[in-house]
Amino acid sequence: MTDLSALFDPKGIIITGVSNHPGKFGFVTLHNLLSSGYEGRVFPVSREPGAVLGLDVLGSIDDVPDGAADMVFICTPPAINEGLLRQAAAKGVTAAFCAAGGYREAGPEGADAEKRLADLCGELGIALAGPNGQGVVSTPAKMCAQIVAPYAPAGKIAIASQSGNFVSSFLNLANHTGVGVSRAVAAGNASVLGIADYLEYFTDDPHTAVSLVYVESVENGREMFDRMRPLSERKPIVVVKGGASAAGARAAASHTGALASDDAVFDGMCRQAGLIRATDVEEAFEAAATFATQPLPDGGRVVIVTTVGGHGVAAVDAMANTRLDPVPLPQDLLAAIDAKLPPRWSKNNPIDMAGGETRDTVPEILQLVAEHPDVDGVVLLGIGIQSNTAAMMRSGPFFPEHGLERIVGFHERQDTRYAEAATEISAATGTPIVVATELATADPSNPAPATRRAAGQMCHSSASRAVRSLHHLATYAAWRSSRGL
Amino acid sequence: MSITLSEAESRRVVAKYGVPVSPFVTGNSPDEVLAAVSADATITYPVVAKLCGRAIAHKTERGLVRLGIADADALRAACVELLGKALPEDGRVEVLVSSMVDGNRELIAGLNADPQFGMTVMVGVGGILAEAIRDVSFRLAPITTVDAAEMLDDLTTQRLFDEFRGEPAADRGAIIAALVALARVGAEEPGLRSADLNPLILVDGKPVAVDALLEIDSDD
Repeated sequence: MTDLSALFDPKGIIITGVSNHPGKFGFVTLHNLLSSGYEGRVFPVSREPGAVLGLDVLGSIDDVPDGAADMVFICTPPAINEGLLRQAAAKGVTAAFCAAGGYREAGPEGADAEKRLADLCGELGIALAGPNGQGVVSTPAKMCAQIVAPYAPAGKIAIASQSGNFVSSFLNLANHTGVGVSRAVAAGNASVLGIADYLEYFTDDPHTAVSLVYVESVENGREMFDRMRPLSERKPIVVVKGGASAAGARAAASHTGALASDDAVFDGMCRQAGLIRATDVEEAFEAAATFATQPLPDGGRVVIVTTVGGHGVAAVDAMANTRLDPVPLPQDLLAAIDAKLPPRWSKNNPIDMAGGETRDTVPEILQLVAEHPDVDGVVLLGIGIQSNTAAMMRSGPFFPEHGLERIVGFHERQDTRYAEAATEISAATGTPIVVATELATADPSNPAPATRRAAGQMCHSSASRAVRSLHHLATYAAWRSSRGL
Repeated sequence: MSITLSEAESRRVVAKYGVPVSPFVTGNSPDEVLAAVSADATITYPVVAKLCGRAIAHKTERGLVRLGIADADALRAACVELLGKALPEDGRVEVLVSSMVDGNRELIAGLNADPQFGMTVMVGVGGILAEAIRDVSFRLAPITTVDAAEMLDDLTTQRLFDEFRGEPAADRGAIIAALVALARVGAEEPGLRSADLNPLILVDGKPVAVDALLEIDSDD
């Protein structure tokens, strides 16, 4: 296994091709690296002398002090990069991210150049990421070495993608939800390091709890399977796949061959290897975010806790054809809840409190449900409603008179409390509690989603999406338990 | 290039690994066939007779299958008729006879050498509608019993495995064992490209292949 520590935790970075033009890759990379708070040494290198963003530009990698940098970020054209890599290796560099294009994607000459680049890195002992990739992000190193935005909050999701754009998409979703990222890398042309190499590093990485992968082409599927299966035994891997490969479309002499679509075979491979397959980028991120922040359920018995009826029905509907089952409430749990709610509550699963909650009801019921031995997972819905009412009062013509200031404060404190209680009770009981409200997107400033986000906890935008994430956790947990893991 | 083995050859290969196939005998002439049937106690009338050979992949389409043959006289007549339907390009042919098996539920199981993932094993809802229904699950061969159990879980048509029209619930353990054995065929049999067991009929809940077709690499 290749040591990728210099790629994700470099002590110093050389950037080639840094110019004063804020539209150029070298400038943007330097800007992003300095903006993310990278604390190692940074050495911009350029043919043009001067200073960029307050740093003196070196005329040559030869001017970098020996051993001061272990990573080089390449924004220069193919013709000169082999020479630069030799110079960098002489200074102690052991990892390269080649953002520059003009390689395999540019035609046969580029493919030759890429082969030489890969061979040279092998010879020099440099781990090569890219070429033609957008960069690498590592929050433990406060490092955003990318030719594009964004950076992301620190967290436990590690991302590897065959599409740079989807690295940005995942990082944007991390910023939006507050559920943070440990590492992120675009594989680019993946001439040396591929998805499986990054996954092996992530699985050993103490900063990472779950890997999140976007794949388009699978060149050696069997090797991918053989390498990923032992990894998913250790940490969950969420996969989203784009595109269909034509190679699977050979004329089939058999019914089995005719039924063997790429998608069916890839899906089976995922199930066998314990990879969690999501249908799109949003679902993949939300699944990863849930793995990163919630305990695994022991089974599929789910109880829905809601302050309002309709959302609970939607959650039950979403459980059709999933591994989740909205089980009837155990008698002792029903009795315990009955003691805390007025008679009009639903007396079944979903637990619809029907507006009967007082100051402490939601956290108390959440606790009763989550700690019950016959409950494997909880869906909490309908939070943020009080604060939504408060927001209208706060912005209306009568605020703060007529007692409005006091009730607005109460409502907002309550939703904050519900959001916090979900996190605390889930951690204390070991039972996953997924939370959803459309206010997560409709009004992110609402204290319910805002509290979740500030705590780095996922707040799904609908009951069905929360259910989908919990289903993925239950699928992975079942894969583990049926194999004695 | 590839060639398909005859049904008889295909059955013998998969049976060697423990895949359940309906009892059968073969013969090159009506006399041979009748002698073989009377010598094999596992074969009881009514029987099915099929003309099979390496070049004959689609017997039903060519009318080379006779079902529900009640006795020896009818079998002799069927053998004469089937052997008379052989075309010169069919090459070496023989008549395969097996007992009629009784079951309403048909699965399909198979193997396919995938260009990216290597040998794969499949189970699905079978019969002549298999390709239209497309309720199938694949794995990479070989598989464990846990993998095989999860393949059955993957199928949408789960009610197929419950009690069904007076037949007992499917014996999942027996289906799982058949899939594990079939996947071993794929992992271990040299030169294999694909295989179909279609249908794999549930008889008293247990799977029995009543047809088999293996495709293997050929040198030319």
